[in-house]
Amino acid sequence: MHPLELVADLRTFLPPEAVLYESEDLKPYECDGLSAYRQTPMIVALPQTEDEVVRILQICHMSKTPVVARGAGTGLSGGALPHASGVLLSLAKLKRILKVDPIARTARVQPGVRNLAISEAAAPYGLYYAPDPSSQIACSIGGNVAENSGGVHCLKYGLTVHNILQLRVVTMAGESLEIGGAGLDAPGYDLLALMTGSEGMLGIVTEITVKLTPSAEKAQVVMAAFDDIRKAGNAVANVIGAGIIPAGMEMMDKIATRAVEEYVHVGYNLEAAAILLCEADGTAEEVADEIRRIDEIMRQSGAIEIRTSRDETERLRFWAGRKAAFPAAGRVSPDYYCMDGTIPRKNLARVLGGIERLSTEYGLRCMNVFHAGDGNLHPLILYDANQPGEPEKTEEFGAKILEMCIEAGGTITGEHGVGIEKINQMCSQFSSRELKIFHAVKAVFDPEGLLNPGKAVPTLRRCAEHGAMHVHRGEEKFPGLPRF
Amino acid sequence: MQNIIDQFADTIRTAAERKAPLRICGGGSKEFYGNRIVGQSIDMLDVTAYSGIVDYEPTELVITARTGTRLADLEAELYGQRQILAFEPPHFGATTTLGGCVATGLSGPRRASVGAVRDFVLGVRMLDGRGDDLHFGGQVMKNVAGYDISRLVTGSMGTLGLLLEVSLKVLPLPPMEMTLSLQMKEAEAIEKMNLWAGKPLPISATCFCNDALTLRLSGTEAAVRAAHAKLGGEKVAEGTAFWQSVREQTHIFFQPGKSLWRLSIKSTTPPLSLPGQQLIEWGAALRWLISDAEVTAETVRAVAATAGGHATLFRSGESSVAAFHPLAPEMMAIHRCLKEKFDPMGILNPGRMYPEL
Repeated sequence: MHPLELVADLRTFLPPEAVLYESEDLKPYECDGLSAYRQTPMIVALPQTEDEVVRILQICHMSKTPVVARGAGTGLSGGALPHASGVLLSLAKLKRILKVDPIARTARVQPGVRNLAISEAAAPYGLYYAPDPSSQIACSIGGNVAENSGGVHCLKYGLTVHNILQLRVVTMAGESLEIGGAGLDAPGYDLLALMTGSEGMLGIVTEITVKLTPSAEKAQVVMAAFDDIRKAGNAVANVIGAGIIPAGMEMMDKIATRAVEEYVHVGYNLEAAAILLCEADGTAEEVADEIRRIDEIMRQSGAIEIRTSRDETERLRFWAGRKAAFPAAGRVSPDYYCMDGTIPRKNLARVLGGIERLSTEYGLRCMNVFHAGDGNLHPLILYDANQPGEPEKTEEFGAKILEMCIEAGGTITGEHGVGIEKINQMCSQFSSRELKIFHAVKAVFDPEGLLNPGKAVPTLRRCAEHGAMHVHRGEEKFPGLPRF
Repeated sequence: MQNIIDQFADTIRTAAERKAPLRICGGGSKEFYGNRIVGQSIDMLDVTAYSGIVDYEPTELVITARTGTRLADLEAELYGQRQILAFEPPHFGATTTLGGCVATGLSGPRRASVGAVRDFVLGVRMLDGRGDDLHFGGQVMKNVAGYDISRLVTGSMGTLGLLLEVSLKVLPLPPMEMTLSLQMKEAEAIEKMNLWAGKPLPISATCFCNDALTLRLSGTEAAVRAAHAKLGGEKVAEGTAFWQSVREQTHIFFQPGKSLWRLSIKSTTPPLSLPGQQLIEWGAALRWLISDAEVTAETVRAVAATAGGHATLFRSGESSVAAFHPLAPEMMAIHRCLKEKFDPMGILNPGRMYPEL
């Protein structure tokens, strides 16, 4: 179908400002949080109701037009990268909180609602929405469902998949589905889990019922410095081995610590090989008890310095550095390349050792920040895109890190998603038979392959190619957003 | 152990060629659950030989085991490291296996506070209906590579594949537990369960039956004692045994020989007016009903649907009533299509979940 014909069709039920096709109007939609990949869509559609979503999809389905869904566009794997001859379906205008039910501890919201806005709406009832991805002030709940987003607190409170009850989903053919229910489970296959983290490949989420969690009375954080990264890794294992599930447990290596200290001046120990932040939350009695035990474990694990936050201001200050790791990387290097592997924690020292060797081999610095509680590693390779050969070297370095994560029994993506960025590494992690099952699942919901084509699951033919995430200074899409 | 998998794969391939249904069987403890398998000359595929723990690292909070492993053995191993399967799966017999636990997707008293089996499944190794050996998910907590097949097959009653190995997240044993009992009427109990679930209280299980609300508190000593002071109630001496009886359905409420309905509904639903006796769990999101003969399945299911949920005929002597709540036509279409992709010949536990699958 000719683009203008499609525009005319869409404008029969959408106002003119909700159907964009002039190149200057399309420009803001050309990339998500992964700005190295850019593509102008043919058309941007901005529906305001589920009914409009249904009609847009019906028209696109009839005309075999690809559709890419987009929430707030903060994703880090290019999942919302537009299709050149497709419709970019922005869910940003579906942004109403339909109902907060404080007694049932649920909120029914539209996909464009910001993650943090749910917690803000629930706060008067002493409740909040637990998953807290670092971009939570901007990212949308619909995007969180698409990516199965986590956050710093997910070891204790779970990922998106653990915190949603019900979805309304529209298929590519324009059919609405009710998935999940108001109870704790639903009959049949667990399509709620299948839909979560499916990266906009299976359907368009138009409504989400999330679980709300009672806010903890108190939170406190211990900051411990270690002269050896192995000792820090052991400290994490010792805390868990002692039967403690911390609310958050984060690690930074020396390069990361120095970079963030220069940026936010928290007072981190600059001689330390690793800094560990370990948070306890709960009732005042619980927190006091847990903090005392964490402190003791850190000491026994050989920490060279231990500090405990004395009040809320100090707690936030301790965290500020960790949360500033990505912008800090942008300050100490013209460019950085962020990885997102997860490994069994016991292999941390081996993987970090491997990264250090690769760093020497490639002559590129790498700073490591680590969601230590759940094994999610974010190595940031520092490089300069203007130096001939460096982007290629960086890409190779990054690919080797992901291969190492797979070898260590881990995964190529813990929380950022595959999107367009890690599509090639999917071939290393899965066999062709497993990839075929993924394609078969996709075909159940979208047999023509019109939803988000080319993302998340590679065709077998594609497997030889390479891709990567590069962030050039000043080009990051949301420079003000914390990234961790 | 690979030779056992090869045998399983051979059995599946042969069955696929002959289009002959297979009944996947572990310890046989949950044979009563679900519908009867459809077809003639059904062969049994016994998984119990494929047993043993593959990997267990307590400080990683992950255990990987073969599905023929007895659940009791697995839990004993965890208990030795002061860890637990937090979703407290019911055993319904000594022979119950990990495979049956994951395939049925059933969880016990702690479910409302920590999550269900599916919330703890991190990865699976399975054979599909072609006998292909497939791995999905992994042994790490955070993993968003590929669709979440591990959770899709959890609770799928063996209709999508033969589970071989499962990796589960485990949690530490709570340092202290205390069971309390409070006398009150049903409506008040439902109200209290919902109210307290919205407060930062360490309530790990709830059960209402015979005008008594029983609560379990789990956590640090300080937290449990503080919560007891806030909530009041009499301490129950045999707390562990009580929750065991609820989990295993040996509690006096679960009278053998009668039809038992399981209604999973919105927790704030007021007392259900259905004839028979009820026992309430999961912060009032789960209502067990021992029904009178006069109550039809349609009535029970309509009541559950009105309450935002669904009803399962959990135990019954009658095979004329479908075990699981009917799906909307568009949802059934998706289920059939998924089944066809995983098991094109329809040989894995056909009809166990729905006649169409």
